Amino acid sequence: MAITAPVEDLGYTPSTKGVWSWLTTVDHKRIGLMYGVSALVFFVVGGLEALMIRTQLASADSTILTADAYNQLFTMHGITMVFAVIMPVAAAFQNYMIPLQIGARDVAFPRLNAFSFWLFLFAVIMLSSSFFLGGSPDGAWVGYANLSTEVTEFVRMDYYAIGVQLLGIASIGSSANFIATIFTMRAPGMTMMKMPVFTWMTVVTSFLLILSLPVIAVGLWQMFFDRNFGTVFYEAQAAGDPLLWQHLFWIFGHPEVYVLILPAMGIVSETLPVFSRKPLFGYQFVVFSGIAIGFLGFGVWAHHMFTAGMGPVAEAGFGLATMLIAVPTGVKIFNWIGTMWGGKLTLNTPMLFSIGFIAMFIIGGLSGVTHAAVPADTQQHDSYYVVAHFHYVLFGGSVFGFMAGAYYWFPKWTGKILSETLGKWHFWLMFIGFNLTFGPMHILGLNGMPRRTYRYPEGFGWEFWNGMATIGAFTIAFSILLFIINIVKSTRSGTEVGPDPWDARTLEWMAASPPAIHNFDQVPIVRHLDEWWHRKYGVDEEGRAVPLPEGYSEEPAFVPETGGIHMPSPSYYPMIAAAGLVAMGAGLVFWSSGFLGVGILVVGVAIAFWGLVGWAAEPITREAH
Amino acid sequence: MLVVLVLALLLAACATSDLPQSSLNPKSAEAQQIDELWRLVLYLAIAVFVVVEAALVIAIFWFRKRKDDDKPEPKQTHGNTALEITWSIIPALILVVIAVPTLQTLFDLASPPEGNFVRVNVTGHQWWWEFEYPDILDANGRPLTTANELHLPVGVTTELKMTSADVIHSFWVPPLAGKRDVVPGHFTFIKITPDVSRAGEAIPGQCAEFCWLSHADMRTLVFLDTEADFQAWADRQLQPATIPTDGPAASGFEIFTAICSTCHQAFIAAPEGPEVFGEAIAPDLTHFGSRTTLGARVLDNTTEHLTQWIDNPESVKPMAPELNNFDTGRILGMPDYGLDAEEIAELVALLEGWK
Repeated sequence: MAITAPVEDLGYTPSTKGVWSWLTTVDHKRIGLMYGVSALVFFVVGGLEALMIRTQLASADSTILTADAYNQLFTMHGITMVFAVIMPVAAAFQNYMIPLQIGARDVAFPRLNAFSFWLFLFAVIMLSSSFFLGGSPDGAWVGYANLSTEVTEFVRMDYYAIGVQLLGIASIGSSANFIATIFTMRAPGMTMMKMPVFTWMTVVTSFLLILSLPVIAVGLWQMFFDRNFGTVFYEAQAAGDPLLWQHLFWIFGHPEVYVLILPAMGIVSETLPVFSRKPLFGYQFVVFSGIAIGFLGFGVWAHHMFTAGMGPVAEAGFGLATMLIAVPTGVKIFNWIGTMWGGKLTLNTPMLFSIGFIAMFIIGGLSGVTHAAVPADTQQHDSYYVVAHFHYVLFGGSVFGFMAGAYYWFPKWTGKILSETLGKWHFWLMFIGFNLTFGPMHILGLNGMPRRTYRYPEGFGWEFWNGMATIGAFTIAFSILLFIINIVKSTRSGTEVGPDPWDARTLEWMAASPPAIHNFDQVPIVRHLDEWWHRKYGVDEEGRAVPLPEGYSEEPAFVPETGGIHMPSPSYYPMIAAAGLVAMGAGLVFWSSGFLGVGILVVGVAIAFWGLVGWAAEPITREAH
Repeated sequence: MLVVLVLALLLAACATSDLPQSSLNPKSAEAQQIDELWRLVLYLAIAVFVVVEAALVIAIFWFRKRKDDDKPEPKQTHGNTALEITWSIIPALILVVIAVPTLQTLFDLASPPEGNFVRVNVTGHQWWWEFEYPDILDANGRPLTTANELHLPVGVTTELKMTSADVIHSFWVPPLAGKRDVVPGHFTFIKITPDVSRAGEAIPGQCAEFCWLSHADMRTLVFLDTEADFQAWADRQLQPATIPTDGPAASGFEIFTAICSTCHQAFIAAPEGPEVFGEAIAPDLTHFGSRTTLGARVLDNTTEHLTQWIDNPESVKPMAPELNNFDTGRILGMPDYGLDAEEIAELVALLEGWK
């Protein structure tokens, strides 16, 4: 990436060439790109896991996969998609765009930012390597005790206990970083209620993660200790309780699903106004609904446990709370439609994905409401009906939203635009494939097909829709291939565009495409929500947008620069600290192997120590020379 | 048009079903109650779906930018508070309409059965179901004990009281009831009052909480009997199994006492009086010959399948008997004892004779 604006004022110009510059970068944009590329790679990995599952389930009594292989595949599919795809994709967008959207030059803690990325990457590599080294986790992504503590002859679930723990640390670091950044580094004049919705949703998800991850951290340590040190937290025979794990998991797990959807909701709240040429309808209501969802999201966790035997009072309470959370969710949907209503819609690829998001999320949300009717849920839970529900909200919702974001912001990252032809093919194939895969699963579940089953018998009426779902899955795969081809082709030879190809509304479109390392030569002073739009357009007597006269601006438009622009220096210590931590994790995974595990643990401690001490001791910025 | 087609398909698929394990095929009072609640919620959800998706589709078509569009820019509407209040209240009201019958059904299904009811104790194991009728006792005072195939009288309520011997399972027979998890260290309950019109039917179900290798193969079959048939079945089940005195079955009994009884038990008509022989780690085999399936409804109970099961259990369903630990109680399947064809045939003869 070339620096496109003069940087003589930088005391020192960090090299942007070569692998080392990527390994030591603390630039939020490069970190965002690395999160994005990693997530895309793991999307393919998780997708291949899904294709193998669907190949097995295409026919009754299939013998393509053993039960053991199947169990590892569906477990890793869930872990990969949640922790190695959706969360890092969200992190990619948040990392790249948040500073730009708030008029800042980087995040509050650039080295912590790099640390979170490397910790994420090394941890998912460790988790994925389990397939070759000891066996992959095979207890489902939810890892329910006491199955997860039953077989300690394999280290499979130790990978789970440690791997998810490490990923949690990475996310806590990111969350703290974003909260500090958004609360303290906004451009002058940008009050909270003038922030883009995507930034707001990042605030909410960051708080959700900081408050919920510690709970599963405790749960995972308890699981690890039960497996390795003879504790009995989850052992019913010793007066422990396997249900304790479920509560600890879902107190994290439920806010987690809002963490997975809110960033995509934020993206769509940005793209819809741009491609409707109207402001977001009900901005305050959309923001407050997001906050309400975050809040209420902590009160519904046991709706994942309606069949666990908690008793009717608890079930009734959580059922009602779950119904309640449908209200702010609906409010968002209506406001998005209200944004489009009366607008002038450009139906390009980012807009198609945004509309697809709304259409699919409505379905996923409604099937969620059917789950809230507790007795009905006792027929739906643990069947393909709930598999349909969460894929509609996570794929039809989050993935479609992130695709919209990818097509929308690609020009900002690269200065080129993704091919519209390939984009439309991608969208339609993905839309059709997705609905063909997961629509029928509602029917399969209602007709009695349980989930997490490596095979099913003939004679129950499940063959046809399973076959259709497999065809749909391969259609999705093909559409993703088109997406990857589009990215590669357009990065190399796509049509070049300027900083604001969409005539958009928010501050990032004021920066160059791609932005200079310091984002903005001059930091804008903010007076409006959708500040950039208001620098281009006013309104006439009827309230319609009209371009502002040439040269018109509200003064002062920019923060006067008083000295050089000081950018944070690159550092290799975050990567080393992350490597040390993951090595410690690997040592713990193999604790039961004796000296091997202890040895790796000790080496990991040493590396982590080196990384953290070096990080603390190094000067924050290199001296100018 | 496409939308109407999709909807029609949806409704057709969700209306009713005569598929054997479908929740849309209620055959008990409880499943019927759940089905009625489900239908209410479904119809409301479809109504909301139609209205909201229609608004979306209309918006797309009506407001899309046409080619050669020289219309002015849209009005920069920021919102409408009255609309926000309206579309917050209407969904809330719809949810109240769902909440009331939800709570009613929830508490009704959770309340203990009244009057006379049949009791069955269910214990989930990896990977089979143990059923015990605590009020149906044999001459020695031992409750009727069987595995994987359950018999229930129609028109009468049965309460299943369930727990697990190892990990969490879930008992799910969709036409008869919603599922309930089977948790070690806890008791959970399901009420089932099968419809009188369903007497003579056998309803399939299976485990619905992932329990490792043979989770997909931990199935059950529930026979709905008239009260008279149920009584007759119970009386037969309480009889001890005879010890065969000649033929291959007699040799089979030797093998049973030497090997199988390490895990299995049977109520035997011993010379000194009927007694239980063996361990309760694996299914009770007293009346195995009268069960219609084996391996927890993975295969039909035929000579060929029974031979295969004893010869190579892991060829029938995936298990890990090498991890069995009698001290900790972790039992993960039936081992292959390496019996030869003659020995297996003798065991088969024995078990087929234990009807």
